[in-house]
Parts: sequence; C-alpha cells; structure tokens
Amino acid sequence: MATRIVIDPITRIEGHLRIEATVDASNTITKAYSSGTMVRGIEKILKGRDPRDAWAFTQRICGVCTTVHSFASIRSVEDALSIKIPKAANLIRNLMIAQQYVHDHVMHFYHLHALDWVDVVSALQADPAQTSAIQSKISSWPKSSPGYFSDVQKKVRTIVDSGQLSIFTNAYWGHPEYKLPPEVNLLAVTHYLEALDWQKDATKIHTIFGGKNPHPNFVVGGVPLPIDLNSDSALNAERLSLIKDSIDKMITFVDQVYLPDLLAIAPFYLKYGSFGEGLGNFLTWGEFPGEDNSDVSKFLVPRAVILNRDLANVQMPDPRDFAKMQEYVAHSWYGYKGGDQTGLHPWQGETNFNYTGPKPPYELLDVERKYSWLKAPRWAETPMEVGPLARVLAMYARGHKQTRELVNLVLSTLNVPITAVFSTLGRTAARAIETKVFADAMRVYYDDLVAEIKAGHTQTFNGNKWEPLTWPRRAQGFGYMEAPRGALGHWIVIANRKIKNYQIVVPTTWNASPRDHKGQAGAYEASLVGTPLAKPEWPLEVLRTIHSFDPCMACAIHMVDTEGKEVGETATGLSVSFR
Amino acid sequence: MAGKSIYEEMKENGFTRRGFIKFCSAVAGAIGLNLGSPTAAKSESGKVVRGLHPANLVSRALSSKPRLPVIWLEFQDCCGCSEALTRSQSPTLVDLVLSQITVEYHETLSAAAGFQAEDAKTAAMKKYAGQYVLVVEGSIPPKDGGVYCTIGGKSSLSLLKEAAAGAAAIIATGNCAAFGGIPKAKPNPTGAVGVMDVIRDKPVVNIPGCPAIPEAFTGTVAHFLVFGSLPELDHLHRPKLFYGNTIHDRCLRRPFYEAGKYAASFDDEGARAGWCLNKLGCKGPITYNACASLKWGGGLSFPIQSGHPCLGCSEPNFWDGGGFYQGQSAPLDRPALLTMGAALAAGAVIGAGVAGANTVQKKSARRKQESKNKGG
Repeated sequence: MATRIVIDPITRIEGHLRIEATVDASNTITKAYSSGTMVRGIEKILKGRDPRDAWAFTQRICGVCTTVHSFASIRSVEDALSIKIPKAANLIRNLMIAQQYVHDHVMHFYHLHALDWVDVVSALQADPAQTSAIQSKISSWPKSSPGYFSDVQKKVRTIVDSGQLSIFTNAYWGHPEYKLPPEVNLLAVTHYLEALDWQKDATKIHTIFGGKNPHPNFVVGGVPLPIDLNSDSALNAERLSLIKDSIDKMITFVDQVYLPDLLAIAPFYLKYGSFGEGLGNFLTWGEFPGEDNSDVSKFLVPRAVILNRDLANVQMPDPRDFAKMQEYVAHSWYGYKGGDQTGLHPWQGETNFNYTGPKPPYELLDVERKYSWLKAPRWAETPMEVGPLARVLAMYARGHKQTRELVNLVLSTLNVPITAVFSTLGRTAARAIETKVFADAMRVYYDDLVAEIKAGHTQTFNGNKWEPLTWPRRAQGFGYMEAPRGALGHWIVIANRKIKNYQIVVPTTWNASPRDHKGQAGAYEASLVGTPLAKPEWPLEVLRTIHSFDPCMACAIHMVDTEGKEVGETATGLSVSFR
Repeated sequence: MAGKSIYEEMKENGFTRRGFIKFCSAVAGAIGLNLGSPTAAKSESGKVVRGLHPANLVSRALSSKPRLPVIWLEFQDCCGCSEALTRSQSPTLVDLVLSQITVEYHETLSAAAGFQAEDAKTAAMKKYAGQYVLVVEGSIPPKDGGVYCTIGGKSSLSLLKEAAAGAAAIIATGNCAAFGGIPKAKPNPTGAVGVMDVIRDKPVVNIPGCPAIPEAFTGTVAHFLVFGSLPELDHLHRPKLFYGNTIHDRCLRRPFYEAGKYAASFDDEGARAGWCLNKLGCKGPITYNACASLKWGGGLSFPIQSGHPCLGCSEPNFWDGGGFYQGQSAPLDRPALLTMGAALAAGAVIGAGVAGANTVQKKSARRKQESKNKGG
C-alpha cells in the first residue's frame, strides 16, 4: 500500500513549507510534492513605491539570510538607472556579503543540520578524554581538554535529565541511522553550543556598516556609512580594527572547528554520497563583483548554467532572456492572464492570487492541481537546483584554484569519487568548502579596502542619479545576488519614477518549486525520489536531504494512507535551530 | 522539576553564585534598574522593598520563582525577531532559555517539532493554563478564510485564538505581530492584522521594531520574571522603559540638529562629520524606540550612527509613511494619524525647523509634493 507522508510545517526562509511524499512497499520514496503555505504579497505591496525604498521592503522577505534581498534590490535599481558605485562601496558590500555567508553557513551546519547526523543523547555515553584526543587530532582549536568536554557533558546531562528544557527533547534519538560514536557526538554537541555563542559576534561587519543585524540598512548608489579617518562618525581606524578582528575570528572558527568537524563526521555517512541530488541541473547568477558591478567575467562565483552534470559545457545564462528565464503557475495558487500553460519572464511577471486549495483546516492537498504559493521558475523550461553545490560546481568547472584544492581534499579524505558531489553529502560539503573560500576572500576585500583608503579613494556613494528627476521615464533592471541558499534575482520595471512591476525569484522558489506546466518536479521534489527510509514513521533521511538545501524548517510529520486516514503520528525533532 | 527556583536550575546548569549575581546584574541592566543606587520596588507580596541593590533585588526574585512557561507562535513572519533574539547580549538567549524560562513550544527553537511539538503545546496549554506567556511573531491574515498562512493545515487565526485562550499575557514581538507590519503595508494583499486587532480580552504587550531590539524583548520578560507583572505600557501597549523616548531624544547626532547642521547627501561633508540626517528623511523624531540608547550588537552601533536615516520601524504603518528618504513625511492615512498622535506633532515642529534648509532643493520640491499628494 502506498503511504502518504505529510511534513508540515517546514518553515522556510520566507515562511512556511509543507512536503507530501508517497512511499512504496519497500519504504522508498516514489513521489514528493513541495508546497509553500504562506504568502504576504510583497511584490504587490511594492507597486507604485519609490524604487530607492524597495530594498527595505524586500529585505523583510527573510530575517535569517537578512541582507540578500537588499543587495539584489539595490543592484536592480542601479542596473535600471545605470548607476556605477564607487570601488570602496563595492568592497564594503563584498565584505558584508562574505560575512553573511560565513555566519549563515556555520549556523546552518550546527543549528539546523548537525542534529540530523548527531545524536545528542548518545553524547552522554562519551568518554570525554577520548573526545579530547579526537579534538586535538583534527585541529588546533584550543578548547580541547578532557575537563572542558566533561563540563559540557554534565551540562547536557542536566538538561536531558530535567526533562524540562527542552531544545534537545523529543527528537529521533536512538534512530538506527545515527552512526556517530558517542565521542564524536559529544564533540559536535559542544561545538553546537560554541557556535551559538560565536555567531553573536559574527555579525559585527553588518552592524558597523548597516547599524544593526538582522535587517541592516542600505542605500542605492553605494553604502550609507562614509569613510573618514578623522571622524568619529564614519569608518575610521577604530572601526577598521574591529572589522579585522571580526574577520580573523570568523576564519579561525571555520578553519579550526567547522571544516575539521565536517571531515570528522562525513566518513560515517558516506552512503549519503550516492543519493539526494535529483535534478543534475544547476544555476548561479554569480557573486562578488570586481570593480565594475556589471562585469560578470570578473565575478568570484561565475554566472553559470550546468545541465545534466556536464561540467565541460558550462553556459552563461542571461537573466534578460525573455524566452529562457520564465516562471510558471500551472501548479501554483496564481493565475496568469494568458492561462496556466504560459511562462512569463519576470519583467512581464504577474502576481494574481488564485487560491484553489482546500479550505483550512485540511489534511491533504490536491497535488494534481494547484498546490503551492510558490511559482515554478524554469531556465529554458528546465528545473534547476541553486545553492552551494551549484556555486562550487561553477567555480570548480571554471578552474578556481582554491575551490579545486578544497574539493579534491574532501574527496581524497573521504576516499570517494567525484560523482559523490552530486548528492546530499556533496551539497553539505559544498557549503563548507565555499564558506572557506568566502571567509578567506574577506581578508582580500579588507586589504583592498585599506589600500583604497590609503590611496585617498574614500568615496562611498554616487549621488548622480539620486534625484528621481534625473531618471528616464521608463527603465528596467536586473539585480543578482548569490544568497547563501542560492541564486536570487530581482527584476524591476520603473515607470514615471515609481515601481511599475517588481518580481522576485528566490533560491527557495527554485529549489522548493512545485511542478510546472509540463509536470516536471522541482529540486526538493526530485531529490527525495529514490530515498530509502529505514524507519518510515521516523523519516530522518527525508530531513537530511531537505536540510542539506538549507531551508529554515521545523517539521511536523503525520502519516496517512492514500484514503486520507491517519495511521500514526510522529515528530521529527530534527530542526533544532535558533532561526 | 516543578517548584525549583531559577537559581537552583541555574546552579545545576553550571552557574556559580557569583555567575548568578553577575547574570542578575545583566538582567537588572536590561530592564533599566539603576545599578548604581539602591532602589525601591514592590516585591511579589506587594510589600515595598527598600534599599535593596538592584542586582540583589533581581537575585531575590529569581531565587524564589520557578521558570516561566513560554509558547511561541510564528505566522506571517520573516524569522528576523527570533534571529535577533539569538544575538541578545544580556541576557543571552542561552541564559534565558537554559535558566529563566521554559520554552514549551517554538516552531524553530525546540528540538521537538511537528506533531510531537503540537502535542507538547497542547499539553503545556493545559498544564500551565492561565500561567504561560504567549509570544507571537508575524502578522495574522484572517481574509479569505485564512488561506494566506496555514500551519499544519490550520489557519493562523484559529491557532492564535486557541493559544491565547489560556495565556496569562501575550507578547507581540516585532512590528508585524504588534501592528501588522509589512504584510499590512498598502494594499495589504492578504488582509494582515496585528495581535491586538484580533485578541481583545487579554493583556497584549507590543515589542515593535523590524526586528524588535532583542534586549527589549528579553528585558520585558525579565521584568515579568522579577516583578511578576508587566512593565508600564504606553498607549500603543509598548513598555515605556524601552519606548518612552524617541530615537531623536537620545540621538548622538542631536547636538548637530540643535546647531542646524544637516547632512544633505550620503557621503557629503556633513555626513562624514556625523551631522543630523533629518534632511535625508530620518524618522528619529517620530519614532519611539531604544536604538539610540541600547544600540545593536552589544552597543556597537545603530542605524543613524552607521549613516542611515531611521526608518521608524517601531511605529504603526511606518511602511506607508511616504518614503524613507522624504524629509518629515509621516503616515498620511487616518488610522496612522490617530495612532501616531503626539509623535506626529513633534515631527511637525521639527519640520518647521528645517523648512528653510529644505528650500534649497527647489528642483525636486514640486515632484515631491506631487508624490505626497498622490498619497504615497
């Protein structure tokens, strides 16, 4: 009997996500459906507003990967109005973007993803002396004494014993798919707590340049904070040294904790190097521009399309291509004037609500019809995966030296072939690899910024097009951003100095998209097919793969048979997170 | 574990007495008790406690109370207020969660998720009926049967009402839960509202901001823990200890405002020298919040210090205030006028102050007026 598993809510970056999956008699997933169940209509809210304000509105799409929509937004306006930002402003933006990656990826690994692989309760059985030996072997991180790990173990024991706290209770502890020895579990739990403390101070660059985090402030044409070494109200030597210190601490944590932990945990889960990828098609818009924001050839992360895992034939996608960049609504709760079979380029995009789903409260969605608040973006009518794996593949294919070295290091350490990157494990490893690349890049951007200041190039804002009277009557622009979760694009149409149309295609829209007009599954939906479940009432494997994409999620699972009758209820407890 | 005091719990979690007192000082600081001098306050029994050092006062309160049960619901939110909370410097989230409160349900904070968490929520609502604090993050869209935000197939309004019924108090954190926030911005496509708009029979404390300042949230909770009551609120249900003054009242650029020195553009001479951002559209004069005093990131900075005008994010309808770079604009629609009351009057006075300076921008003045008339 085919069994339908429902996972709801899976909260994602913009809100709430639901997954329904069908499992066959051998407990393997045969079909999966991904549904967004919350909508705010921010694209509708933006119409008629001042394009210079749009960054603040779009930023509120997500408070976890905060900043990413602001970047895409100000770039879309700058593209539309042909505004070139000063070099120092670009370096400051690159620093902010890189910090976002490091902070977000570390938090994802420890607070969202780690407990998919780490059994907290098992850590209570660990011998702290052995954990200490492992720690000393894998890195030079100073917090490594047996007494230290013993203290953490006691803390965890108190929490678990009390039964009152909490964040560690009611999960899948003891699931047969947890494979780590107790000592490694204790190591990871310890770093879970350390990372939570570390991350508080890993947002300093945002706070200095944007005034706060989450949701720092931005400005079209540059950055808000001026540079003046003789002012207490601008970027000066004191602020610069705070930034340098913050960069050093971030790099140390990545080098001595995050990467060694990944390499210590992965060998126990090599099975996940063979499934969980799904589409084999990858897309990036590119990131970390050089001096000229629009010169794609100088990006650190290339703008790339990879089809069928073919790294030898990487194409450069053009986001302005009306025929190839399109969104579909055949299975989405929207209506297009031209009908459900039509695809629309975002500059022509429409956001017309058309809810045809069941009336709440409901048990199951009708997946044969419309079933999600997400549209289905497609590149040349093909579903694409976006995110760390796409970026690392793009950098690898282009021959980026450090990326190649890191990929080869991971492959040789784990003794797996290159094909293993196309998997759940590959996606999780790619996230760590790019964190290292971008963390190191921060040093370069910092040094370049200091060099610019020394040379007297301290301009941070280009106000030539600030006044709306200087704008053309009609303009349209594209704003790119490689958000931590993947390729993000904002398409803006400005008419009579106001926003005429604004369309946003976020990473999770690509990855969590429902089926399209041709019935093609999105990345989450495809990645789950073929996943074997050891204990289907505790579908840990589903969460490992879905979490490897990094949606912000907490899941509810209950199983119902195909008639819609409930046969049991379980909880996942996998998404212990503070997001 | 029922009956154990917070101090006992903290001791078990590895806190020393010294660490505990240090923590109490942090709590006292966060809730605005003056650390330098003894204070007078009402104890739990209503007796006035005189001459007690604030840290001791906090310490006494925490030593005798069991932990506060909390249920946290997320609706039309961006998770930014939860995310901000992880950056709370004192008390830190870890301190709070490990020692002061017991989070019975949080969609993304508790390990127990999904149906087990739903069960835990139901159980907690029964066990702690009339005692728990309900925290809400995000707005609620009741329009069209609630289809714009469902969780587990249920509408957000039904989930809110269910949880509100047994709550001792409700904290609406962030502008969305407090006032409807960005989903409510015109044309409010999903019919979003704040908690106060649909729950009228319970005390609701608003901690607005986009996101809320984490210490304003933890400080309000600490106040509840220490004094067993909610702090005094203003007419918009905001705790006066964090929302009693405007950003402008405490702004470090205020002396330049008084001297009539304004930055006219980003990165001009005035901007570099730290002059007032009023002409760039700063909403500090009409915004009641603690950014300028508490600051962000452990006192590191706040938006105006970092060179950007205040957006006014702790005020109702700030998204519809006529443009973030439009000097002195304030929400023009009727409900906003009513709610902003005195704040708007303050803005008008300042508007007169800079009127002269603004005339230099004659070129764009007409355009601005047009856009204002449009109802921007």
